[in-house]
Amino acid sequence: MSLARAITTGDVTELPSRRDEDWRWTDLRGLVRAIPERSASYAGNVAPGVFDHLTREVVRIVNGEIRTGMTIVDGGEQVVAVRYIAAPGASAHAAAPKLEIGDGRLVLLETFEGAALEGLGGGYLSEIDLSLNIKAGGHVERIVLTDDSADAVSVARCEVTLAPGASFSQTVVVAGAKRQRIETHVSHPGGGASVRLDGLYLLDERRHGDITTMVTHTGVDGVTSQLTKGVVRGQARGVFQGRIVVAKGADKTDAKMRHDALVLSDKAEVDAKPELEIYADDVSCAHGNTVGALDEEALFYAEQRGIPHAEAKAMLTQAFVAEVVDRIEHEGAREVVRAWVVEKLRGQAS
Amino acid sequence: MLSIKNLHVSIDDKVILKGLSLSVPAGEVHAVMGPNGAGKSTLSYALAGRPGYEVTGGTATLDGVDLTALDPSERAAKGLFLSFQYPTEIPGVPALTFIRTALNAQRKARGEKEISAPDFLRLAKEKAGALKMDFEMLKRPLNVGFSGGEKKRMEILQMAMLAPRLAILDETDSGLDIDALRIVSEGVNTMRAPERAMLVITHYQRLLDYIRPDRVHVLAAGRIVASGGPELAHELEREGYDKYAKVAEVAA
Repeated sequence: MSLARAITTGDVTELPSRRDEDWRWTDLRGLVRAIPERSASYAGNVAPGVFDHLTREVVRIVNGEIRTGMTIVDGGEQVVAVRYIAAPGASAHAAAPKLEIGDGRLVLLETFEGAALEGLGGGYLSEIDLSLNIKAGGHVERIVLTDDSADAVSVARCEVTLAPGASFSQTVVVAGAKRQRIETHVSHPGGGASVRLDGLYLLDERRHGDITTMVTHTGVDGVTSQLTKGVVRGQARGVFQGRIVVAKGADKTDAKMRHDALVLSDKAEVDAKPELEIYADDVSCAHGNTVGALDEEALFYAEQRGIPHAEAKAMLTQAFVAEVVDRIEHEGAREVVRAWVVEKLRGQAS
Repeated sequence: MLSIKNLHVSIDDKVILKGLSLSVPAGEVHAVMGPNGAGKSTLSYALAGRPGYEVTGGTATLDGVDLTALDPSERAAKGLFLSFQYPTEIPGVPALTFIRTALNAQRKARGEKEISAPDFLRLAKEKAGALKMDFEMLKRPLNVGFSGGEKKRMEILQMAMLAPRLAILDETDSGLDIDALRIVSEGVNTMRAPERAMLVITHYQRLLDYIRPDRVHVLAAGRIVASGGPELAHELEREGYDKYAKVAEVAA
């Protein structure tokens, strides 16, 4: 049962619904009445992407069709941008790219783009299922920026299989859609493998953004560090579901999960479910979760020093999310994300 | 400069200041002393415009401008600075960034040009040096993990850099050891100037040995019940506030 299956079969009963525990805050069944025809091919031009200047390897997947081939990465360091673009003619599409990474470093810069279709038939359905197989000695840093149409239903799933000694770092920045979900599953073998799973959701108006993660530690000596932050305003709804499972025998696992959200309007909402399931001994695991407003004391302090109210709010909000951006390892990507976040927050404040 | 007449202030419908009058001319330093609960912090917050401090009567003007009609940031741009009793931590914003943002916001509100980056750094280094502050501290998030003394020093640094018309120092001596008290007081004293007024709010006379006031006012039960020269502070230290608490009760 998934959006991708519903798109393939045309059967709405394949859609996840609020009756599925993992989808109770991101109901698709109650929202989508019928599955439209598959998206039409689009042969026109697409605008440049935000990460284009960082690499010559840009893969464009337009309305679910891969325009340029995926690269197999083996050895050395590579930066690859993958752009999932909803272009005119987008209605319902799904794609399932697969990547295998041997010894080497891959920086994977993904963008979900559909904002240009807003008000022009931007009510597309999209699911992208990415598999990443990271072998021993491999390191992947995955950055995801979403800029979908406000009318879109967009699901991105990533299945990560990690070998001992490999590492995976991720930062997803979610601007939301009618329904948007970024889901990441990591099979964590321990054995010195390490995972960083970060997220940021910045939502306004009636947008919905869901960051769901599941990490399963199956072997001794694994590290997972997770930091997710959110800012919601208007009537937006942010969802964070984080689950870390430490299986029997996965001793000496070191797993930390934090989620902090700022709710900047009365009608905005955040639903959070951080979970640790531990079946092993001698582990170091912790999680923390806060949902609140901006610190009034800090706001008044900044205003007393001469910073006008709106500017003080923007400064404190940016400072709140900066910690997530700072953890991005690739410098060029970090600065793109920083600028993108500042721009997004500025647009949402007006 | 600062003129307060018959000021009434309530918090959550509880009346705290009940007709407070006070004038501080340019070039002078006045102390406001009083027992706990007299309304000392309420006075400083009300002048700075903290939300929740409702002015229900009277006036407060700075250079003839009605403060109560202005937002907190507009008051700051007019030259009002409050050194907080408990300075707030601002995670994620380096002290230098914060101060530069504040300084430029004030300049913009006054129709002045922004300060250039080199000029700003020069100013920050000079003022931090005078307060014997490690410049590296200014690169850290403002007040986060600072000791009480470091926070107070950071307040005085901001005051020195923002160069206000009116500085209100709310319990600046609390949390300071004797060395820090001396450095902070020196920092305040170097700011004394003919065009600047200061209001030093304190429970104890100790601070006034370092920052010598021109006038001392006693605040009890929401109004000024006595005013005098610096000797009044010593009298309070010897005899306590009891006598004034009674005067205030009778007046109420």
